[in-house]
Amino acid sequence: MPLAQDLRRVRAIIWKDLTTERRSKAGFNAVAFLGVLILLLFGFALGPDAEALRNAAAGALWLAILFSGVLAFNRSYQLELDGAALEPLLLYPAPRWTIFAGKFAANLLFVLLVEAIVVPVAIILFQVKSVAGWLPAGGVLLLGSIGFVGLGTFYASMASRSRAREVLLPLLLFPMLVPVLLASAEASSALLAGNPMQDAGAWVKLLIAFDVIFVVASFFAFDHVIEV
Amino acid sequence: MSHAVPLERDRASLPATNGRWLDWFGVIAVVALIASQVNGVLTSPPDRDMGHLQKIMYVHVPSAWNAFIAFFVVAIASLLYLWKGQEKHDLLAASAAEVGTLFTGLTLALGSIWGRPTWGVWWTWDPRLTSTAVLFLTFVGYLALRSFVDDSERRAQWSAAVGLLGALNVPIVYMSVKWWRTLHQMQSNPSTVDPEYVIGLRTNGIAVLLLLIYFIMKRYRAARMERLAEHLVERAALEGP
Repeated sequence: MPLAQDLRRVRAIIWKDLTTERRSKAGFNAVAFLGVLILLLFGFALGPDAEALRNAAAGALWLAILFSGVLAFNRSYQLELDGAALEPLLLYPAPRWTIFAGKFAANLLFVLLVEAIVVPVAIILFQVKSVAGWLPAGGVLLLGSIGFVGLGTFYASMASRSRAREVLLPLLLFPMLVPVLLASAEASSALLAGNPMQDAGAWVKLLIAFDVIFVVASFFAFDHVIEV
Repeated sequence: MSHAVPLERDRASLPATNGRWLDWFGVIAVVALIASQVNGVLTSPPDRDMGHLQKIMYVHVPSAWNAFIAFFVVAIASLLYLWKGQEKHDLLAASAAEVGTLFTGLTLALGSIWGRPTWGVWWTWDPRLTSTAVLFLTFVGYLALRSFVDDSERRAQWSAAVGLLGALNVPIVYMSVKWWRTLHQMQSNPSTVDPEYVIGLRTNGIAVLLLLIYFIMKRYRAARMERLAEHLVERAALEGP
């Protein structure tokens, strides 16, 4: 069963990446703290007016996730490069997509864990009163994160191996993420404002389409990009 | 990385007459542009609402059209590179991306100059305007990637992937911005063009297209020569004194 073996390889990479992270925790602490810090700064910038804060909550939350999460992706390859481990990883007799799938899943778990800290902080700081359904809100969060992490993992595979990687990754990634930011922020804000689901419905469809298109495209393109 | 590029074939594909023909083509493009601009400005009556501001249309709209053509070339050339792995497709994509970014910047600047007296603002979050700005930034990222990667094979592979994904994103960005605006308020939309202006618009569109081809070819030729020089230096270094 080749597919079962490939999935075993994917699991091995996820486990490896998460274990490295769990043992140091340096990356997670820094990223989660930066997310909270950005939320706090947005609070200061937007003023203490509770109504203004509440209206901006979804947008500020998503920007905090994007700006802090983007730091995680380069790191995921940087650790490999520092240990000269990327080439041995490529030498294993396995299809390249398993590396991308493993890194993608590990980064997704990482970002979701960061969100588990950042989202409650946003709800408290921005004085969000009620959320219309926790399940749809979580779904939007997950869909937005998949698009973000998929493209982020893909672009980081290049940016981390170039000069000026800290600048290059956001420069490449953020223009691509405009649909994700719009859809996630709008859907979240419809849910946070207690609007019924139909307002968010169109945005959820857009998020699903974006996720499918770009995760599939990244899977295919990764083969070409990691080779050189 | 090895550059196993056959040098003789490279030199053969860069004939000496190529440059002179290209320069003549450039002269034709510039003359065509001047002629159609003069024609457009002289023959079209002032617009009822905008007056002579309407003349900006003759530069703004053709550069927008041609920017899209340039990015289409980038997408096709990137696809060809990923498929065949020939350096010329990479260089063509890079040349088209540079010129396309230039024309997109021009479109945005001219749109802003036109928007100030017409809409009363320098910038509005109109779907077309906003997605053009996102397109501009996407390809600024593409050019930044090219300049930050030294190895030519790597640069070619990576920028082909980035160029394709960027082009793929254009319709999605446009759709999402459109929904975003319509859910909030109606977008303002310039009215349809009067027949009096159509001919001026078309001739200018073609003139700018000639200019676009000239720019891309000129840039492409320069890129080929740069690569050839690099190959020659490399070969000289390998052969030794």
